[in-house]
Amino acid sequence: MRRLDLNLFVLLLGAAILWVAPAGFGNYGLYVLSLWLVTAVAAMGLNLTLGYAGQVSLAQAAFLGLGAYATALMTAKLGLPWWLAFCASGLLCFAIGIGLGVPALRVQHHYLAFVTLAFATVVYLVARNEQWLTGGVYGLANIPRPAVLGDKLNGNLPFYRFVLAVALGLALVQWWILRSPWGRAFQALRENPLRAASLGVDVRLYTLLAFALGAAYGGFAGALYAPLVEFIDPAPFALSQSLMLLLMVIAGGAGYFLSPFLGALVGVALPEWLRFTGGAYLLFFAGAVMVLLVVSPQGLMGLADRAVQLVRERRRRPEPAAAPQPSEVR
Amino acid sequence: MRTGWIAALALTASIGAARAQAPAQGEPIKLIGVVELSGAGATAGTNWRNGIDLAVEHVNAKGGILGRPIQILHYDTQTNPGTTRAAVQRAIDEGTYAVLGPVFSGPIAASMQIAQRAEVAQLVGGEAAGLTKQGNAFLFRTSLSQADAMPKLASYLKEQVKAASVAVVWVNNDFGKGGRDVMIPELQKRGIKVAADVSTEQGQADFAADVIKVKNSGAEAVFVYLNEEESARFLRAAKQAGLDKPLIGETTLLGAKVIELAGEAANGVRGHVGLSVDAPVPAFQTFGKAYEAKFGVKPDHNGLKGYMAVHAIKAATQRMGKVDRKGLAAALHGATVTPTDEPGILIETTWDKNGDIDRESFLAEVQNGRQVITQTLPKLGR
Amino acid sequence: MTEFLQLVLAGLATGAIYALAAIGFTLVWQTSQTINFAQGEFVMLPAILVLALVRFAGWPLPAAIAAAALLFVVIFGFGFKRIVVDPMIRHGVLPLAIATMALAILMREGAKDGFSAEAQAFPSLVPTGAVTLFGASLSLRDLSILAVACLAVLALHLFLGHTRTGRMMQATAQNPDVARILGVPVERMILLTFAINAALAVVASLLVSPIYLAKFSNGETIGLAAFIAAIVGGFNQVRGALVGGLLVGLVDNLSAAYVSASYRTAVPLALLVMVILLKPEGLLGRREERAV
Repeated sequence: MRRLDLNLFVLLLGAAILWVAPAGFGNYGLYVLSLWLVTAVAAMGLNLTLGYAGQVSLAQAAFLGLGAYATALMTAKLGLPWWLAFCASGLLCFAIGIGLGVPALRVQHHYLAFVTLAFATVVYLVARNEQWLTGGVYGLANIPRPAVLGDKLNGNLPFYRFVLAVALGLALVQWWILRSPWGRAFQALRENPLRAASLGVDVRLYTLLAFALGAAYGGFAGALYAPLVEFIDPAPFALSQSLMLLLMVIAGGAGYFLSPFLGALVGVALPEWLRFTGGAYLLFFAGAVMVLLVVSPQGLMGLADRAVQLVRERRRRPEPAAAPQPSEVR
Repeated sequence: MRTGWIAALALTASIGAARAQAPAQGEPIKLIGVVELSGAGATAGTNWRNGIDLAVEHVNAKGGILGRPIQILHYDTQTNPGTTRAAVQRAIDEGTYAVLGPVFSGPIAASMQIAQRAEVAQLVGGEAAGLTKQGNAFLFRTSLSQADAMPKLASYLKEQVKAASVAVVWVNNDFGKGGRDVMIPELQKRGIKVAADVSTEQGQADFAADVIKVKNSGAEAVFVYLNEEESARFLRAAKQAGLDKPLIGETTLLGAKVIELAGEAANGVRGHVGLSVDAPVPAFQTFGKAYEAKFGVKPDHNGLKGYMAVHAIKAATQRMGKVDRKGLAAALHGATVTPTDEPGILIETTWDKNGDIDRESFLAEVQNGRQVITQTLPKLGR
Repeated sequence: MTEFLQLVLAGLATGAIYALAAIGFTLVWQTSQTINFAQGEFVMLPAILVLALVRFAGWPLPAAIAAAALLFVVIFGFGFKRIVVDPMIRHGVLPLAIATMALAILMREGAKDGFSAEAQAFPSLVPTGAVTLFGASLSLRDLSILAVACLAVLALHLFLGHTRTGRMMQATAQNPDVARILGVPVERMILLTFAINAALAVVASLLVSPIYLAKFSNGETIGLAAFIAAIVGGFNQVRGALVGGLLVGLVDNLSAAYVSASYRTAVPLALLVMVILLKPEGLLGRREERAV
């Protein structure tokens, strides 16, 4: 329980810092930060599915795409307000998550991964081929920015703050979910599904819920992505992006609350920072990720965790051979 | 033609004499290239970038633009629209005088509003028809639009190849679909039947099934509209399967890289070429030799585009008489730059108010591993 | 009919490449629970190494091929296991799988930055030209690829089934703990698996690069196809990987011609979903017991 409260504290503090710090950044810097937050929201969803319910989803970028296209069509073509599109995106992805999960989980626990693989490819192909709906390879342009209290957020700084606010809201919702009985059920699922089932947790239902919620977060991220980039085509939602999101969640540390932010930092900001190395920045990126995983398979949050525990042990050193502390609920 | 020789002489003389002249001084003019240096567009982007670098070298050696040297920098877009947008944004933030690139039509479409909003001229290598139809006053092509090239090709298919039915093979991206969408009505207008309409994937490696489909469609000629490397793979697969109908294409089918990769399979391929180092334009050939001396390989048409883009900027700026970022676009609209004004433009080029280009172009054939120009087509004269 | 025959042959040839990649993939999974997301890049890299040796070291082609093959098996067979797999395998399947994902990026970018971002021609080691059978023009290259792949699989089958080392490897794959008790040098067997995987990748690379052209991005489609083939065929059976590979190649080519060119990439995946819904252990797989 204490760990979750620490997470909340870090979250709120981080949001406050992020609100004021980038005031001096240029357009490019604000764009990268906004993209980081949007990616973090998608990663939050995947973290719920993977880190808490233990399911591998290879379609998170496809849900992002569904949300982005839904939002683009609703706001640009139909002129509906962004909030409506935002909710619709989340709802749509939640429903599809349920629809995919029910037959897949009936078969076997880990075949959801393959179903998401197929789904991701189909979504990409439909987006690319069905020009009448999605603009096909030409994409959809001129996606309007949302208007908050009558003020169109065309400037990069106001829009960045908007994205920050929405991302914070979604993170708080997730924090609340994890504190609730649902959260405990998810954790039981992660530790040992068989044991959880024997304790009366409806494994299939909660796995389904985790997956569908994760998908919904992907949809929300897409609803933010479309007005950020103001143009969407199928390319950012391809399978390789889903794999990248998976990589980000693991690198951040699957199952830790704050890992999506760290993972998204690794996936979005790190390649940008490494650009000074010239063309070889992806090489350094991949190398860094590999070294990180070999050193700490629990990702960056795992490293932080170990560091904190090391510090704690040092403090307790004067006492001889104390009994090992029970592992804290994460 | 005579102007061509004069231009070539002027160009050679100026490159040779450059060393004798005083180098450019004064505050540098920043130019930033937004280029595909990795991903599907790597070949095209690398050529574009090299052409730009060579041009900057030449321009600076001759005194720069209005006496100020050009400082050039390139950002890799990874052929990804989102990354392209970030790169263009960054280029503008860092104060570039104009944006050079991208080359691939998809990323261009994704990012062109950024330069438009910042009122910065953007010179691109893309050929997709739709780019100049969106009322963007800051976008300029460096090669013929598909909307102008396809009718020329369709007429060629009708009158010289005399094909009654054509199979259309195209790559399913902005570029390929755009070309196909313009070509098919042009074919139908001329009474040519479309025997097969075959879409392929960007980066596709295996064309066996597509070649078989084309073979069995009974088409009398095949129009191949793929990116460079895929073109080479297709040609190889076609030869493999014994497809012996005329293969007709555009610059992406007849380029130096394609010939190198496809080897024997490229011989006999014909088509329309907007820009080519092998064209009977001596200035092109001089450029080709300079490029090869510096980079060790022959350039493709993207190298030419990049080279001309820099010189177009120079010509327009010198006409303005001052280095004015906002005024550059206006100066380019309706401008005709001839090689006598500016040898680096290599061939007379006119920009219209939409940013489209009007220029001579060529019909070519690959013979014995080399691209040979068979005809010159005049400007459309708009 | 002739069109169908041509498509079948072309599909089987492509499928043979996928099968080679899928077999190595399955072997590595069976013996050490490694999901190698870099399998496609394993097929891409040897050809690049050959070209690099020819261009930068000036070696003649046969020497370059031999050297590249050896180098590749050492680095990505033994080296891969010792440096990447061993430290990570005790932390579970998923972190290791992600590490191989990062390895794939590393290999891809290494080839792009270290060698060339552009496609390169690769000399063909099999004959070109065509032969006519039942009125259909069948390419010699496709036939040769099928022949080489079959030979490789046959050799592997004979090795696994009829040599002492091979049977020890099978024992390791089926149950490493029991094998260890029985005196099988399990560690060495696992190492051998990785070496075989690398060798198969080299063969696939040499077969496929002349047609696909050697480019750093070649691994992406092959990797996904190998993954699908391994699962469709049966993730715990080498024979399954062969069948799966051929099937995926066939389905891909036939669907491109008869179903829809623009939805071509979805059909093998649809096949995958159907197979796992109906027969979750794959077409030739054995049902696995769930460990509690």
